[in-house]
Formats: sequence, structure tokens, C-alpha cells
Amino acid sequence: MRYIEPHGHMVSRVTDDYVDMATAGCAAVCEPAFWAGFDRSSVNGFYDYFCQLTEHEPKRAAKFGLAHYTWLCINPKESEDVGLAKDVLGIIPKFLDKPNVLGIGEIGLNKNSRNEMRVLEMHVDLAARANQLILVHTPHLEDKLKGTRLIIDVLRSDKRIQPERCIIDHVEEHTIEMVLDTGFWAGMTLYPESKCTGARAIDMIELYGAERVWMNSACDWGVSVPLAVPYAALEMRKRGHSAEAIDALVYQNPARFIGQSPKFKLPKR
Amino acid sequence: MEARAKLIDLAAFMDRVDRGTGDEDFRMAGFRKALAELNGPKPERAKRVLLTLSDPTTEPIPAATTKAASGAYPGTP
Repeated sequence: MRYIEPHGHMVSRVTDDYVDMATAGCAAVCEPAFWAGFDRSSVNGFYDYFCQLTEHEPKRAAKFGLAHYTWLCINPKESEDVGLAKDVLGIIPKFLDKPNVLGIGEIGLNKNSRNEMRVLEMHVDLAARANQLILVHTPHLEDKLKGTRLIIDVLRSDKRIQPERCIIDHVEEHTIEMVLDTGFWAGMTLYPESKCTGARAIDMIELYGAERVWMNSACDWGVSVPLAVPYAALEMRKRGHSAEAIDALVYQNPARFIGQSPKFKLPKR
Repeated sequence: MEARAKLIDLAAFMDRVDRGTGDEDFRMAGFRKALAELNGPKPERAKRVLLTLSDPTTEPIPAATTKAASGAYPGTP
């Protein structure tokens, strides 16, 4: 089996996780910028983080044969401070030409506040001006429905944005249809408690199809499972899905979406 | 067996809540409303449970005062 982990926060994971992922058939990992679990005190913290994502982490992944790609932004959890967000948006262009940067992400909303909306719009504008792919985080739990609607409104109101170049992540049963119906890609995040289990993800594949969908572990410093994608592939096998269908979902789909960036190269095996 | 185990876990959780003292957490109102979605012939139970637990409003809030979500909307009747 081969797969791509399209959303993993590897800076938070130990080396053993890279070993396990490579052993399970992972060929490449894509790491969106995210919240560290605490608020960074200044733009300098983000500068160091972006250096880590574009210089250090690819080397760590390469030791285990994994290609490493990344996305850059200030995460919605830190978007209430618009001044800081503007400073961070100011340094992102310096990193966009790095060879492993796929686009802007994971942007989006957290508590659906006015400032979060403003910072989301600024990120979308940057992505449009720099012709970057977009990876969107949708809010947690009770905030997801409203946040997903607001995010779709922001993306659709900017006529420069092509839906097929945006993935809206962390969809669940109450948000997947609105994402797919508006032409965007949908990401399903496999978590043990929040978001979506592997079984529910495969239910959604069976109900809504797998044309513009990917699955990810979004493994980070919280409760998460780095091998969630191959475990979901096992669930597909148990239900009788073909090896070709599994490969299309866990390898070809993420490759097709991120392959819209000229920087992404299919890993050689 | 897996569904049976999860069902008993839910029952035990509700018993545990009953044995507790003090005011009930606001999320229990949403929990009970969502629970009612399970028992019936209508399809899309998972979707309806999620909708029951969701913020139904449409306008952005003035400011974020916390980073965390709680699991249910406080305004659930």
C-alpha cells in the first residue's frame, strides 16, 4: 500500500512517528502551519516557525525517505490579533518561493469572529495575488456549521479564487455536501474523538463519492493518530472496497490536488 | 459488538451524570436533544445529531473570547 499524508503537524511528532508512517507506506507528508498550543509573542516566532517548516523539517522527513511539503499562514486561533496577523502576512511572501511550499494554509476560522473573518480575507487576497493553492481549516464542534458557511461565502465572494484550487478541511456529515456542491475539495480529518472516525469517513465516501476528497490524520500535539489514514484504508478493505479505489483515495487524490502546485513531485518508489 | 459497547458507554455516562450534584452542564440539554435523533426511522442520523449540536446563527460574533469549542451550542432549548 502507498499513501500520502496530506495534513500532518510533524514538528509536534516524534521521530518514531516518521518511522511508523514510512513503514506503513507513506510517500509524502504535507504540513500546514498551525497553532503551537500557545500564542506566539511576536512575528519573530512565526519567522522561526516558517524556517523550521521550510528548512529543518524537510531534512528530518528525508531521513526516512519521506518527501515533506508545507503550507504557510497565521492560524485562525491567533487571528483575533489583527495587528500581529498583518505582520505575519508581511513575512509570508519571503517564504513562498521555498521549494516545499505548496500554498497558503491552514487558514480559516476558529470562533467565527469578525477579526478572524478579516484575517481570512487577507489570506485569501494574498493567495490570489501570489497564485497559491489554499488549504482551509473549519472550526471545531458547535462552531463548524456556521464557520464552514462563512468560509465558503468568503471564498466565493472573491472572483479570483478557483474552487478546484481550494480544499476545505475537517468536513463532517453536516458540512461535506455544501463544500462539494460549491466545487471545492473536501478534507476529512480522522480523529479518535472530535472531527471524524475512519468508519464515518468511509460512510461519507460511500454516500457522496470520492472524486474531490482526501483523508488526513492532522496529527499534532493533541489526541491524534499518525497512522489514521492507513487504518481507514483497512476499514475500506474490510468493507470490500477494491485496492484501486483505496489507492485512488489515499494516494492519487491528494497527489491530484497538491499536484496543482508545480513544486509537488510524485515521490519515486 | 462495537455499537453495543458504545451504547452501554452512553448509558453509563448518563447514569454518572445523574449521580452528580450541582447544576447541570448546559451541554446536557443538547446531548438529550441529539439523543432523540437516534431513535426513529429517519435517515442521516449522524448529520441530524451534528446539526442539533451546532450554532444555528449566521453572523460573525463581535470578538473571540476563548479559543476552545465546548461541544454544544449554549442556546439549545
